[in-house]
Amino acid sequence: MTVIAYLIPIAIVLGAIGLGAFFWALKSGQFDDPDGSAERILFDDD
Amino acid sequence: MDGGVVTTPGAKPIAAGEAACYAHRDSDGALALHAFVEGIHCGGCVAKIERVLAAHPAVLSARVNLSTRRLVLKWRGAEAIADVLLALIAAIGFKAVPFDPLRLAQADRAAQSDLLRALAVAGFAAANVMLLSLAIWAGRAEGMDPATRAMLHWFSGLIALPALIYSIRPFVHSAWRALRARTLNMDVPIVVGIALTAGMSLFETINAGDHAYFDSAISLVFFLLLGRYLDLRARGQARGAAERLLALTARAVTVLAKDGTSMMVAAGQVEPGAVVLVAPGERIGVDGVVAFGKSEIDSSIITGESVPASVQPGDAVFAGAVNLGAALRVTTLAAGESTLLAEIVRLMEAAEQRKSRYIALADRVSRLYAPVVHLLALLTFGGWWLAGASWDSAMVNAIAVLIVTCPCALGLAVPAVQVIATGQLMRRGILLKSDTALERLATVDTVVFDKTGTLTLGRPALVAPERHDPAALQLAAGMAGNSTHPLARALCRAAPRARLLDAVRETPGAGLSLDTPEGEIRLGSRTWCGVASDVPDAGMELWLKRPGHAPRRFTFADDLRPDATDVVATLKRQGYAVKVISGDRRPAVAAIAAMLGVEDWQAETGPVGKSAILAQLAAAGRKVLMVGDGLNDAPALAAAHVSLSPSTAADISQTAADAIFQGAELGAVTELLATANKARRLVRQNIGAAIAYNLVAVPIAVLGLLTPFLAAIAMSSSSLGVVGNALRLARGRSP
Repeated sequence: MTVIAYLIPIAIVLGAIGLGAFFWALKSGQFDDPDGSAERILFDDD
Repeated sequence: MDGGVVTTPGAKPIAAGEAACYAHRDSDGALALHAFVEGIHCGGCVAKIERVLAAHPAVLSARVNLSTRRLVLKWRGAEAIADVLLALIAAIGFKAVPFDPLRLAQADRAAQSDLLRALAVAGFAAANVMLLSLAIWAGRAEGMDPATRAMLHWFSGLIALPALIYSIRPFVHSAWRALRARTLNMDVPIVVGIALTAGMSLFETINAGDHAYFDSAISLVFFLLLGRYLDLRARGQARGAAERLLALTARAVTVLAKDGTSMMVAAGQVEPGAVVLVAPGERIGVDGVVAFGKSEIDSSIITGESVPASVQPGDAVFAGAVNLGAALRVTTLAAGESTLLAEIVRLMEAAEQRKSRYIALADRVSRLYAPVVHLLALLTFGGWWLAGASWDSAMVNAIAVLIVTCPCALGLAVPAVQVIATGQLMRRGILLKSDTALERLATVDTVVFDKTGTLTLGRPALVAPERHDPAALQLAAGMAGNSTHPLARALCRAAPRARLLDAVRETPGAGLSLDTPEGEIRLGSRTWCGVASDVPDAGMELWLKRPGHAPRRFTFADDLRPDATDVVATLKRQGYAVKVISGDRRPAVAAIAAMLGVEDWQAETGPVGKSAILAQLAAAGRKVLMVGDGLNDAPALAAAHVSLSPSTAADISQTAADAIFQGAELGAVTELLATANKARRLVRQNIGAAIAYNLVAVPIAVLGLLTPFLAAIAMSSSSLGVVGNALRLARGRSP
């Protein structure tokens, strides 16, 4: 059972990386325009 | 206004237009401009605008935010390019109104992203702690080693405690504000409960005890944050619409200097006595007296009068009115904070402050709830202590009471219903701005309507177009196409296929003329067409005079909204008192009131009069829903118990109103009232359910029988029950 002493911290770190990614996305403005982002993928140019 | 951006008088060359006043230079030398863009509906509009702007060689970047309808434009070169760029957007059919981003209330947006961050942290921690808790609960059945359990408790605590400290901040701020104001709100028991729960769980963990409630504490915070975030977001859109008000007040005007040169000056900085040039179609930026020029102005947003008024030298004009005819020169009497417009804004703000004293139902409940819960916990502690229990086991039971009563269901009872009601109304084009609007709507007993733009569509339409000779109508519409006058536009709408005629001259304040081989054709006022003065005046009318024909009259009326009669009849049937108050002339109001079957009406009432009438009604104990659109309604909207504006309303009215409805149908009024009543029923049921849950759970906790497993089951099932009940609002149409 001692294996869970490693597995739990690993699981938490993985979760924390996800949380960090969310914060980065929030800070870089990816949540500023949810409606626009959904439409932009359909634009032809660029 | 931030210094350095706005031009000071005399500093600006003639060439610079209005938009240039709003350009900012960033640190790297590029210029930036923020603007609201009207008329954006979908991603296609965004793509079109961005493509057009990006094609201009000076533009570095152009980005439109579809959610907020805002444009951020960056370019290199002269400030005056701003006007060129906005003209490009105007050419493809969108109107951009520049604004100063520093003046926008950023607080809401900051609060929203703060809540989202707290929500993410709480969600992350809740999910991880729940997984560990499942192991602990399963281990209890399987006979888990106490050392393993202690380790799992430690892991839970290590995740939950930092997350709690981070994500409870919104509640702490709000609880602290309430306590400083010497009141209690729902956040006080939440904060106390969560802090004690966390503290006791830590104590248990350190002492290798049986029970730790980290999972309950963190998932409670997560659910409460979720409710709050959705609530704030649902209203964000409505508030965004109202922020356009700033575009109305912070405006640049053209000032003529003595030597004949002109410059753009921010409206608030115009000196009394300065001469301001008002171009046709432009909004007048100052209060003053016409010094030169003859024109017609539309002051409907100030007076509610639907017929444009003609002005000539010596007549007073007010900021906010639109110049419809020829260019005017206005001698400034007052600008900025001293204009009538600013006075109305102040009236409105004062009324708004009175209204903010309304206390939400949830807070009223919690004022009773918080002392009772804390007293119960104290009694539990005292009871066990007297019964001979040890100090810490008495404490554990007392805290268990706080945990189980911790207002999870109660904290969700109101927001759950609010979020669903707000979302449902939004899908029908009704935007709720105020968080207590639904509750206040449910108490309404009187509905007051403004006339122009509220009961009516707010734009004139030709009366009985089929009765006019088609040739005359086509001719008139062809001439009218050259004018921006509201009646001329109405004529064009009545004959959409008319061919636009060239060489039409416009005489401001009088009408249009066209020279033909047979003689001059005139379209315009009765004096312009030489009509005898004994013909009765029809209010809104245009005359067409052709050589060899008698003058022909086109009369116009401001049409009622299609369902106005039904809505008024429904309201009366449901027992609401209905009243019409308008700034318009008596005959116009009397005719509309008779058509709707409203006996109680008042005409020729200004902004101050309107809010005085509402104050009288309030003093008589009436709960008034005010429905209005004009600037003249804004103070009344703010003074009413609750208020509603159409989305075509003056921006300032949208700011004052608690809710905004889109579309031509007035049915929004009955729909809003029905939803509010239904929501009130559900909120009461939810609060009842939460109290019933407490009646069952509290004795279990008082007797010391509560385990973390039971607490988690009880709290989540009561929360789910409350949310499930709120979902009934979305099922079926309103009764």
